[in-house]
Amino acid sequence: MFSVCTDPSLLSGFDWFACYLTTPKHLTFFGSFFLVLLLIAVVAPVALGLGFAAAVASRSASPFLSLPGRGYVALARGVPDIVFFLFVPIALDQAFEYLRYLMICPDQPGGVWQGNDFIVCSAAKLPLSTAAPIWHSVYGFGLAVISFGIVFGAFAGNVLVGSFKAVPIAQIQTGASFGMTDSQIFRRILVPQMWVFALPGLSNLWQILIKATPLLFLLGLQDIVYWARELGSSKTGIYAYPHPDWRLYYFAFLLIFYLGLTAVSEAAYKRLMARLSHGQGTIASAGKTSLRGGV
Amino acid sequence: MLAKRLFEAGSKGMSSCFETIQAYGLRAIGIGERLLPKTDITLCEQMVLIGSGLIWNVYFGILATGFGFWFAVFLSLGRASPLAILRVASAGFVFLFRGSPLFIQFFFAYEAFVLLPKVGLTLDLGVVVIDATTGWLTKAWAGALFVLFCNTAAYSSEIFSGAMQAVPNGQIEAARASGMTKFQIFRRIMFPNMLRLAWPAYMNEAIFLFHSTTLVFFSGFPAWRQEGDALYYASYFAEKTFNPFVPYPIVAVYFILITLIIIGFFSVTGSYLNRSVPQQRRVKPRFRPLLWR
Repeated sequence: MFSVCTDPSLLSGFDWFACYLTTPKHLTFFGSFFLVLLLIAVVAPVALGLGFAAAVASRSASPFLSLPGRGYVALARGVPDIVFFLFVPIALDQAFEYLRYLMICPDQPGGVWQGNDFIVCSAAKLPLSTAAPIWHSVYGFGLAVISFGIVFGAFAGNVLVGSFKAVPIAQIQTGASFGMTDSQIFRRILVPQMWVFALPGLSNLWQILIKATPLLFLLGLQDIVYWARELGSSKTGIYAYPHPDWRLYYFAFLLIFYLGLTAVSEAAYKRLMARLSHGQGTIASAGKTSLRGGV
Repeated sequence: MLAKRLFEAGSKGMSSCFETIQAYGLRAIGIGERLLPKTDITLCEQMVLIGSGLIWNVYFGILATGFGFWFAVFLSLGRASPLAILRVASAGFVFLFRGSPLFIQFFFAYEAFVLLPKVGLTLDLGVVVIDATTGWLTKAWAGALFVLFCNTAAYSSEIFSGAMQAVPNGQIEAARASGMTKFQIFRRIMFPNMLRLAWPAYMNEAIFLFHSTTLVFFSGFPAWRQEGDALYYASYFAEKTFNPFVPYPIVAVYFILITLIIIGFFSVTGSYLNRSVPQQRRVKPRFRPLLWR
């Protein structure tokens, strides 16, 4: 990257580190931190949407809607999440390839299950073996987003079901006595009021989501954990920048990254909560108004 | 298609399944057949081997919560201590372990246990001093247990601290008025009340910790001689059979069963802790399995 870096063997001290930390592989490592942030940014709205849909469905009077809704929310209970993270991507991958097999080469001899193997014709493989490496990464990331979305959607559904119940019944009764329809009550009373009850649970989920991101590594993606292991392992003299086993320092760096992310989220949550409880008539908002000399 | 495969797997007969239990029932702790099944994997083999892996999950779960509980009590006392250094130290410990992913903690601890003795550095953990003689800490049974212990202590101390704040002040005043010493007040008033108030949340913590034990063998700690936990064997089977629809649901069912046992244990002990409280004011444990760490 810098002009002094052309011959690393001559470098020492600060120059060595400056060149070492700006090798193309290290730049990929730093880039993979954005992968983590991207995953959080994509999964959060997906999970919130799925969870909201599930919570609304589970409140429905029709069992055709409420049963799937409840079943989905209950899915994440009792089973370690990591089981889902291992299961969902493989299952989805096989489901996609099976569908493509039905479309592209349904008359494949022997079918897809051959002994202990799952085989589809090469034209039905996802991504195609001729595809550029970037598509393999994109496909892997897509599967990761879907599995994170499904798992965290169930969690978010769980939180939202509770916060729907927490809205005071008198509010809904008042709405009904004004002659509002069910959907008017839902849109104008229930949804605007439930968020403040959902926020503590959702903030908890946000922290959980942040701390679940290293599991990308288990899905085979080249994420920060992968690069920390790769770059940190000891490099002999045949490498341009030989060094002993530095994985400890790389993982310490990851640890600090996550601690920072947690601290920032906590501070942001406090500010958001203060804003949302403004004027809600709770203890949190009462403290504010009394400072200004009563309501 | 799935049903047909299950049927084929089941039709090999019950007697061979009994042999499988003998061969693989204790495989996870190194007793029985050395080689794992490679071809013609039956449903019975999957259930037995995954069940055998459960030994490790239960081992980590019971020991980490058992020891972590007491450490958590000390941490919450430290956070309420008048000494600033104790307060800062315990709050820092809790922030470190609650603010970072358990997965990274496992990796970090493993590298620390492997590397530090190698470069001749010693690390004083308080309980044990890491040096060249502590190679056993790089093994999952000790190293991962240590991380899980610290992790659950940090999460539980957060719960206990909250519960200590919620102990009714009148009870403390009454105890002081009747001339109890500080230790007596803690032992007889604070601690039982705190435990009672914290129990429902603590049950969730115990369940989360039990679920987190599945991370151990995916996070740097090697499964020595393929002796791993339930999820380790499940992913082994998923890899060998290319069929995730059998081993992962097996793990799920096992975990749901043990989760129910944990809930049962906490309900019974919870009603014991609440025995002197009027019926309607009791804190009932509610199963709210939500957290990931």
